[in-house]
Amino acid sequence: MMNRSALAALFAVLTVLGAACSSAEEAPDEIVLMTHGSFAVSEGVLEAFTSETGVAVTVLESADAGTMVNQAILTKDNPVADVLYGIDNTFLSRAVDEALFLAYEAANIDLVPSTLHAAGNFATPIDVGDVCVNLDPAGFDALGLEAPTRLTDFADPAYRGVFVVEDPSTSSPGLSFLLSTIARFGEDGDYPWQAYWTDLVANDVQIVAGWEQAYYGEFSGGSGEGERPAVVSYATSPVAEVYYGELEAAPTTMIEDGCFRQIEYAGILSGTTAETTAQQLVDFLLTRTFQEDIPLNMFVFPANSEAILPDVFIEYATVPADPVLMDPSVIEENRDRWLSEWAAIVR
Amino acid sequence: MKSRRSLLLIGAIPAFFLGYFFVYPLLTILYTGLVPDGGLATSAFSEALTSSTIRGVAWFTLWQALLSTVVTLAVGLPVAYVFARYRFPGRSILRALTLVPFVLPTIVVGVAFLAVLGPGSPFGVNLRGTIWAILIAHVFYNLAIVIRGVGAFWEQIDPRIEEAARTLGAGTWRVFRTVTLPVLRPAILSSAALVFLFSFTSFGVILVLGDLRHTTLEVEIWRQATAFLRLDLASALAVLQLIGVTVLLILYGKARNRQASELSLKPSAEIARSPRTGAEWTMVVATLSVLAAIVVTPLVVLVARSLSTRRGWGLANYANLFDPPRASASFVTPLDAIANTMRFAIPAVLIAAGIGLLAATVIVSARGRSGRVFDTALMLPLGTSAVTIGFGFLVALDQPIDLRASVVLIPVAHALVAIPFVVRSTVPVMESIQNRLREAAAVLGASPARAWREVDLPLIARALGVAALFAFAISVGEFGATSFIARPTTATIPVAIFRLLGRPGTFGEAMAMSVVLMAIVAIAALGVEAVRGTRSAEI
Repeated sequence: MMNRSALAALFAVLTVLGAACSSAEEAPDEIVLMTHGSFAVSEGVLEAFTSETGVAVTVLESADAGTMVNQAILTKDNPVADVLYGIDNTFLSRAVDEALFLAYEAANIDLVPSTLHAAGNFATPIDVGDVCVNLDPAGFDALGLEAPTRLTDFADPAYRGVFVVEDPSTSSPGLSFLLSTIARFGEDGDYPWQAYWTDLVANDVQIVAGWEQAYYGEFSGGSGEGERPAVVSYATSPVAEVYYGELEAAPTTMIEDGCFRQIEYAGILSGTTAETTAQQLVDFLLTRTFQEDIPLNMFVFPANSEAILPDVFIEYATVPADPVLMDPSVIEENRDRWLSEWAAIVR
Repeated sequence: MKSRRSLLLIGAIPAFFLGYFFVYPLLTILYTGLVPDGGLATSAFSEALTSSTIRGVAWFTLWQALLSTVVTLAVGLPVAYVFARYRFPGRSILRALTLVPFVLPTIVVGVAFLAVLGPGSPFGVNLRGTIWAILIAHVFYNLAIVIRGVGAFWEQIDPRIEEAARTLGAGTWRVFRTVTLPVLRPAILSSAALVFLFSFTSFGVILVLGDLRHTTLEVEIWRQATAFLRLDLASALAVLQLIGVTVLLILYGKARNRQASELSLKPSAEIARSPRTGAEWTMVVATLSVLAAIVVTPLVVLVARSLSTRRGWGLANYANLFDPPRASASFVTPLDAIANTMRFAIPAVLIAAGIGLLAATVIVSARGRSGRVFDTALMLPLGTSAVTIGFGFLVALDQPIDLRASVVLIPVAHALVAIPFVVRSTVPVMESIQNRLREAAAVLGASPARAWREVDLPLIARALGVAALFAFAISVGEFGATSFIARPTTATIPVAIFRLLGRPGTFGEAMAMSVVLMAIVAIAALGVEAVRGTRSAEI
């Protein structure tokens, strides 16, 4: 028969181990921020929140946004975190439908342009960026081609085999690009998005699983190692190339046609036991202290219009004039169908 | 034979570990996914079973795993033989290098593979998106399992058995088929099972080197869970995957269960020798050339890439790791990353070795059904989708102690993957230990514990060393569980690599950090080899 005392002793050991390791997290003087793997912040910034409030911030990073949203939904009744940051407009509606967030009107919300606000204040916009096609001008020169300026150029046989995109079912910029083609070409009409994608496939578009492979593995520009001179990336990727490469001029460019605006939000998880502190943390994320730290860490723009941009952004960043801005509820309603239709076209 | 009572006592610990950290989280998440509102979501099952896409995925998952296993064995067995029987210059370093692929992130390996076999290939072959790229990558990753799993066994087989057969007039092939192969069979089957499970649940290789038509159940479960937020379908697919793995493990258990031959094991120091004849040299060189082409080439590409900078060849990427021009709080120096990595790896190795040894003892002693069931159950975590187990931890481990975001979970998750290695490499050796040695010890008055320590342990030590090395490599290279729980300040080397890969402009630094990862594992492998060398002389 099972030896009870051995089992009890084991449980006791586990309990002590667990308590020793998790006691710090459960203490009321700590708040947990759940975010995605691209989260980055300068030293001393989160500490500013701690010195203001006496509450330390613990960061939990999920690999990607989809995993993060799922983790939050699964732990809704007993969350592992208090605040979720980094959910974007492609997943927001799902989270709100699941009653994941408590409504809260952040202190500085008036400083955020109203186009970025989330319905019902269930989430607070923190940063904004555009997914755009990036180009390697030298690569197009070498091919004897003009640099493309419109999405339709990539369906033109003259531009065969130049373009690499991410799979929208495995990559966040990939999904943004699919949505932007849907908004740009529409669902019906003479040349709907399905026809555009059929042409892209016929024109030898390369589809890869993630941004890292697309940009580093296939793209020929900047720090890319590949052969193709056009890639779906971010409007700020050329800025990052200048910044990390310590260059004088951007080695890559972006085109404004078909840019998709990604807004990242922070929400207070409904199962939190520290709602007031969570509200303070959301307020903090909108302060200039945090907002002005965003650009050089995550290469997106602060939502707070009073935040001052770093020089390299002012000098090198292009903000597309007319990006696609899609209502989260429209995305939620159609995402599965669009992804299935897309898969049927490209498979 | 141990008493039933003490067997249950020994078995309780691994059973509890497996139950609490695998079975319970798995059942909880499957229940959450499949019984969302009190009723069974049968529609998810019918969707999984009727969709032609999913049928295609399931079929591809199975055949690519079987093919990967066969090819890995075909390449690995000659290499294992050469390492077990011959001494040659660079043997230790080459053998240490075979373990390196095990820890490398697939994105990094993918870039190296595409450099050699992609559109810009210097050999003029473009294998991107083909099954060949996936097969070669699976061989690259899993070769070490065969080389070390079978090798550890092979190098202890007394060559006198083979010599005796040869003296009786048997040819080389006949000796191998009738003498060596039956003796190696348990070790070959064990390695094959591990290679199969890794290929069956292949994720990163498929994402990086596959295309939309070549995808596994593992990828599909992740895609359904995270992109479509379809937990019901993801759970139904996880059940499907689990059934497939269980059936194959049962078949494997039946094949393995045929009586293992007891043979006399010898320390390898007496066995390995320099090749003598021209034919031997040719065979050794040819085998090692294949090994070099598959394993060493991508590693050389990575090292070369880490040394290439915007301003020509140099160490700038490494210098930037220590003193980055653009620091942020998520920045971690290689030394800190190494320290963080060790902090998880050492407990993971200890847990895996301890629990794995207890489990192996029970499996070997309780021959028959119960031992086999336990054996199969311990292998299941390797055949279960990682995203399912990860979500299972989140829904199940909040009570009685909230372990969901606790650092304890990192070595535990690593040990779950590593325990099958300990079991698989120690069971064949334990089964082969001649019972009469043990009986002799008992006759001489040794207690069962003493007999185990004096007779079994020294012989098991070598197999355990191999397994511990794999456990170490598994922990050092793991990314998913670690990245969620590790804080920005406790980033491990793989976490640091992913951060560097997550933005434009720091690719060279990511390659340099990958070389650091390679170096750690190669050094650990060389270290184990050195210790083994001195120890085997003592046996």
